[in-house]
Amino acid sequence: MLNKLIFANLTHRPVRTLLSVLAIAVEVTMILTLVGVSHGTLDSTAERARGVGADIVVRPPNSSVMSSLSSAPISDKYVAWLMQQPHVALATGVAIQSLTFPDSITGIDFASFNKMSGGFTYDSGGDPADDNDIAIDKYYAAQKHVQVGSTLNLVNHDWHVAGIFEGGKLTRICVKLSALQTLTGNPGHVTVIYGKLDDPKLAQQVVDDLKTKLPSYPIYTMEELTSMYSVSNIGMLKDFIGVVIGVAVIVGFIVVFMAMYTAVLERTREIGIIKAVGGGSGLVLNILLRETLLLALLGTVLGIVLTYGTQWMMQHSVPASLVQETVYYWWPIAGAIAIVGAMLGAVVPGIKAVQQDVTEALSYE
Amino acid sequence: MSEGEVSVVPAGSQPMIQVRGLTKTYHVGDVEVPALRGVDLDIARGEFVAIVGASGSGKSTLFHILGGLTPPTSGTVVIDGKDLASMTNKQRTDLRKTTVGFVFQKYNLLPTLSAEDNIRIVEYIGGRSTKFTPEFEEVLKLLGITDRMKHKPRALSGGQQQRVAIARGIVNKPAILLADEPTGNLDSQNSAAVLGVIKDLNQRTGQTILMITHDPEAASYASRTVHIRDGRIV
Repeated sequence: MLNKLIFANLTHRPVRTLLSVLAIAVEVTMILTLVGVSHGTLDSTAERARGVGADIVVRPPNSSVMSSLSSAPISDKYVAWLMQQPHVALATGVAIQSLTFPDSITGIDFASFNKMSGGFTYDSGGDPADDNDIAIDKYYAAQKHVQVGSTLNLVNHDWHVAGIFEGGKLTRICVKLSALQTLTGNPGHVTVIYGKLDDPKLAQQVVDDLKTKLPSYPIYTMEELTSMYSVSNIGMLKDFIGVVIGVAVIVGFIVVFMAMYTAVLERTREIGIIKAVGGGSGLVLNILLRETLLLALLGTVLGIVLTYGTQWMMQHSVPASLVQETVYYWWPIAGAIAIVGAMLGAVVPGIKAVQQDVTEALSYE
Repeated sequence: MSEGEVSVVPAGSQPMIQVRGLTKTYHVGDVEVPALRGVDLDIARGEFVAIVGASGSGKSTLFHILGGLTPPTSGTVVIDGKDLASMTNKQRTDLRKTTVGFVFQKYNLLPTLSAEDNIRIVEYIGGRSTKFTPEFEEVLKLLGITDRMKHKPRALSGGQQQRVAIARGIVNKPAILLADEPTGNLDSQNSAAVLGVIKDLNQRTGQTILMITHDPEAASYASRTVHIRDGRIV
């Protein structure tokens, strides 16, 4: 019976109910989208790293896993040196130049890279053959609306699009290694060196050995490197998610506070009626909190649905820049955050409702 | 008697409502406004009594105190053996749930619920089954609202709304039904119909009814009329 009353109350003011649900939904979407983009972008980075086919990775001195790489401080002599180390079957060096965040352009030695990774799978065109050639993945091509034969201006240079490939390997944008080295004024240097072993099971042993020989270089197994691409390893991102959640809770609180405060004012007489026929403070509070809970649950469901909308929008507007995943285990977390914010928003209106004098409430116009 | 305990007077030959030396003083800013100045009143079980008084005579204050909606300043009020003067807020809430039924001038139905659900929610609050008994179905027939039960208040006439309010007021079989100007918002035809129904209800079911009114014609339907003026029974 109580649920019937609560449902009737919510449907009695459909616009207010809809706006409250929508506001809570936006709060949930905000959280889920941020979390989804964080996870998606990191996971796609890890996937591309694994796509190289390497077992070990040598990164520049003083770099961390999550720092963006945009210079080429490693001499390419280390590529040849790495090839001579025990169990290293193949090595390839790449140069990376940052573009507008989060994009970067990668210089590749296609001969060694193709041996290691099996090469890119091209939808059209092929590897860059000329120093002005560029190859891009299909997501970047879609985002920039370019095709093979188009011209792309990056790093103040006009590139001829020579190939469009399937994503998932190393980078979205690549040119010949020598071309990028010359363009960035850093010939003979690379940013990262990838190594493939004759026995992948020996990766940790080889890394330990290399660390003694190159003590200032961060060297990882590919498994270790990709496992570090997680939100928990990026303090700033964690903090940012925390801030967004805080803002979301405040938004939910304010929206529900206003909606419930208005509802309590508007329903002063009805609250008086319920009290007059024997409804106690607990019942009045119970009705308001259940209404709030229902709003929060509906908002959570709508928020989850809207998150698929933001995912679709990103896939179609910026497919190469931001990758949004559906992070299912965050659904209940986002829902709980929305419920907590909403319940906090219902406390003051609830207290106001409980404290209303019956006789005054019954004479309220 | 310990705090919070309700004093129960043995029913026996006690009247259904016994009021002695009842006073109520409101504080408006620094000014004390006496609304009731020592009311004594007995109403027997099964009686239909009209309290008649002009505006400001204290009749609505008496209604609120008898209904447990507001506490008295002094005096004793015993309803069905329960002394209201010593009751806490919660005990007064329980009294409204079980012992007193209300009919208001402005009907006071919940606008979001159908007529039927307006009655059922009172059963729910009273901790009773929300399924109408055959006996109550008869009462609905007597009130002439059986075919309007699925409608929301806005789809009912004033007279129909007041009859639904009467049904709501007695659904939990309260010891007394308090009606505050039940015809105050109705035209003469609907007033006569509602008052007829209230009288009929009293005669057929023996429901104790106390009706507050300023209208002598409405009061004529009651079996006894009590006049109140300046906070005193005259």
